Formats: sequence, C-alpha cells, structure tokens
Amino acid sequence: MSQAAAQRLEEFLGRVPYVRFLGMRAELAGDEMTAILPFAPHLIGNVMLPALHGGVIGAFMEMTALAQLSVIAPSAKVHKTIDITIEYLRPGKAMTMYARADVRKVGRQVANVHVEAWQEARDKPAAALRGHFLLSGT
Amino acid sequence: MVETVPQASALGFKLISVEPQRGSILSPWREELVGDPDTGVIAGGVITALLDHVCGLAVTSRSLEGGFLSTATLDLRIDYMRPAAARADVTASAHCYKLTRNIAFVRAHAFDADPEDPIATAQAAFILKRAAP
Repeated sequence: MSQAAAQRLEEFLGRVPYVRFLGMRAELAGDEMTAILPFAPHLIGNVMLPALHGGVIGAFMEMTALAQLSVIAPSAKVHKTIDITIEYLRPGKAMTMYARADVRKVGRQVANVHVEAWQEARDKPAAALRGHFLLSGT
Repeated sequence: MVETVPQASALGFKLISVEPQRGSILSPWREELVGDPDTGVIAGGVITALLDHVCGLAVTSRSLEGGFLSTATLDLRIDYMRPAAARADVTASAHCYKLTRNIAFVRAHAFDADPEDPIATAQAAFILKRAAP
C-alpha cells in the first residue's frame, strides 16, 4: 500500500505543471503526507517584510489537499476544487513552509479536507484551509 | 503593486484598471501554470493567488481615504463555479465595498470570456495597518 501511495503522490507532483512552478515537494510517512514549499524569491508578496504572497500560501495548501487526495482517493484525473476558505494566522516568512492535510471525509462525490501550514513550529500555524473537492471517477 | 510584487510578476499579472474601491487584473495563460495536464486548464492555485491579489489591490485603492499604511489578508473564501476554458487568460475584478477603522471587506470574481459567467467568486476580509500613534 505504502509503495503504491508513494507512487501515486510522485505521479501527481510530477504531472501538475503548477506544482513545479511553486517548487513544492512532499514526503510520505505511511499514509501521512507532509508537503514542503522551499522558499524562493518569486514567492514573495511583500518585499518590505519580506513575506510570502498570501495567494501562494493559499495555493500551496490547496495543492496539499489535492496531493493528499491523490494518495487516498486515487483517480486517473485531477480532483476539482469546489470551494476553499483560507484563514491567515501569521505572516509567511521568507523561509520553508510545511503543510499537512487532514481528510475529514471522502464521500461518493465530495471530499472534505482541512489543511494547516506552518514554518518554524508546528503549533504556531501560519495559515489554515478548509475545502470541498469534487472527486473525479477512477 | 501588480508588476512590482515578485509573485505577481512571476505569474505575469497585468494591471487592467484601478480606481477608488475597485481593481482589475489579468493573469495570462502559461503552460507552467496549468493545474490539469489533461485539459490545459490553468491551476486553481493561480486563481487563488489572483483573487487574493486583486482583493488586496481594491483595498489598497482606498488607503488615502481610509488613512492606513498597509493591509494583510485575514480570510479568503473562494467558490469555484467551473474550470476556465483551456489555454484561456483569466481576469479578476474586486470591489472593496466596506471599510471600517480596522477591517476592509471585499468581493471579487474571476472570469475568462464573459464577466457574467464567472469561473470563481471570492469574499475576503483584510486587516488595516495604521502607523503607531
């Protein structure tokens, strides 16, 4: 299972051009995935602070949810986002960001996913996302 | 704010218009921004970044009137109505319809061809940062 999961994750990350644009990667420990967004200058939204762009943080968490879904709800097609709510808790510093997705429910058509992103400490989240995703058939 | 922000320029954002309360930005289609390689449709994440950015632009357009120095997103809710057309540019327009002393409220929508047929809509709240008294 875990080797197949790793393969599905690699496939998803390698297949989606926008994942490469962000420079995002992910690691699996069993079925628990940690997404990693190494800092890069093109991710900055505020040059003065400097801080990561809020949209980048949102996009990173959205792609984290989709990557986690690619592992636990495999499909030949990319699942589609229905809605997301992003809460910004702390400015994203000019350093690596991490995120983990918690798939709360996988239904017949829709999955509900919560994501939390952090930088220096897991208990000091930088942002959170809740979303619904339309599952593509296998 | 559109061409000078590194992420906005990396995504190739182009300012269409800005006036008090309102802003509009174009995000040109590019191969590397695709989210679904089967269809060539631009990634949801790009729409997220675009809507966040255009909301910030609409808020900033009221900085003189509101007397604040800068702003940061508190929350952003996005509903995706449909995928963009394949290889289509996406335009987003935002309206900052309410400013209080501390908070700005914004609505935005993104579309490819017809503003009346949106790809996504957004609702956001921003915190306003003032100079220390």
